[in-house]
Amino acid sequence: MSDEKRSPTPVEVSSAETSEAQVDARLQRLSRRGFAIAGLTAVGAILGGRWLQKTAAPDSGVAWPLRRALEANEAISRKTFSQAALSPTFPRGAVAALRVNGTRGLDEEEFEPEEWRLALEGSAEGPVSLELSALQSLPRTEQITEFKCIEGWSTVAQWAGVRLSDLLRAHPPVTRSGRPFDPARPDDVPSYLSLATPDGEYYVGLDAAAALHPQTLLAWEHNGAPLTLEHGAPLRLVIPVKYGVKNIKRVGVIKWQSERPADYWAERGYDWYAGL
Amino acid sequence: MPRLVLKHTLTARWLHWVNFPVLAVMVGSGLLIYWANDVYRVGIGGVTLVQFFPAWFYEAFGIAFSLAQGMAWHFAFAWLLVLNGGAFAIWLWASGEWREFLPRPGHLREAWQVVLHDLGIRKAPLPPAKRNAAQRVTYSVVLVMGALSTLTGFAIYKPVQLAWLARACGGYEAARLEHFWLMLGFCAFFVLHVVQVVRAGWNNFRSMVIGVERVEDAPRPAGAGEQPVVRP
Repeated sequence: MSDEKRSPTPVEVSSAETSEAQVDARLQRLSRRGFAIAGLTAVGAILGGRWLQKTAAPDSGVAWPLRRALEANEAISRKTFSQAALSPTFPRGAVAALRVNGTRGLDEEEFEPEEWRLALEGSAEGPVSLELSALQSLPRTEQITEFKCIEGWSTVAQWAGVRLSDLLRAHPPVTRSGRPFDPARPDDVPSYLSLATPDGEYYVGLDAAAALHPQTLLAWEHNGAPLTLEHGAPLRLVIPVKYGVKNIKRVGVIKWQSERPADYWAERGYDWYAGL
Repeated sequence: MPRLVLKHTLTARWLHWVNFPVLAVMVGSGLLIYWANDVYRVGIGGVTLVQFFPAWFYEAFGIAFSLAQGMAWHFAFAWLLVLNGGAFAIWLWASGEWREFLPRPGHLREAWQVVLHDLGIRKAPLPPAKRNAAQRVTYSVVLVMGALSTLTGFAIYKPVQLAWLARACGGYEAARLEHFWLMLGFCAFFVLHVVQVVRAGWNNFRSMVIGVERVEDAPRPAGAGEQPVVRP
């Protein structure tokens, strides 16, 4: 009962009026004002939406306010990013065939896998060129994770290779503090890594924290067999903290840089960060 | 003599109407995202009853080849929906309006009577109230759906950083499917809501725009005359 009493009772707004005509005249005034404000607000919202659609530059894909929103989301994601948060792993029985979904950067007709070398730029020792056997002599890591395409599909896949952080331990970058390289301290290295195919046709940028995540691999084995050319042989990136678009195939060049690297799909309207 | 009473405060009206454009953008941009991998269907075994979505649907609404656009709109406007939903929950609690909003014991059964009444099956009049039992149940379910859409949305958005949340949703793919069905639920609510608003009439709709509703006083006993009436 007391509950009922405390209920918000409708507030009377007409008390001065003494006739039905006066009440209705008041209602009409309130209606005119209310619907005028509502109409103007609606028109403003529609024009705002139209403007957002139109400001999308054809080559950058999205309107600048939406790009700003993506960047604000990225700032939050990077602030809260934890290397300890792991992509769930699965038993071997959950592994399925992975769709071949991108061939950009793999079109070079004269590509010879045997002559392929990985170029690593920005290491303290200077430019490094590595054969696959050199990478395979580093600690091997195997994982079964869910590969998530930005299109919306996902597949559980097995990968084996070397952790990117283990490769960088063997060939460390110059640290800001001058202390030895530590993958757990992404603030102490150049801010970004740029990765590109040997022909430079496909390229991605990574923030250092994601690149040094313990599940970020350079893989040469997929679903229990040597990586095929269409899946990125001789060496591809596997980075479960990012959408598939960042999992670049046939990595030719890895380069440390302090400015944000170009990214193939970010140039076509997608979020640069693409973090999961 | 009729009176004018404030039915929906300015705060309530803004919190209500902001949902309309923002939800429209969320559903539209969500469909742009879904288009890139439109695998959902309702069927028994190999027989598909409903395909999400047939080709004519994409053509009619111009949904194609805009995944990047869809993601950009979705992840910007999602914040507006979350902020508005949060503000609504705070307002509901702080204003005391929750007493007129949340269902109480017995309202589920009463809601069924409202459904029968609205379908013309049950003739007895409904008890007068700001919101009847069916409205309380429906609006509360929609509020919960908003919270679930937010949770499944975050599970899809950050399935690694928020792996615990994705796991609570039954995994990444399950979270996507749940998010999709919640969207269909919002669309179904929208249709039902508009039908009921049309049925309720102009006076009711106007009160959600201008705030006040015209209320006829209950007929007074004969001989009361035109004496001023003390009103609660």
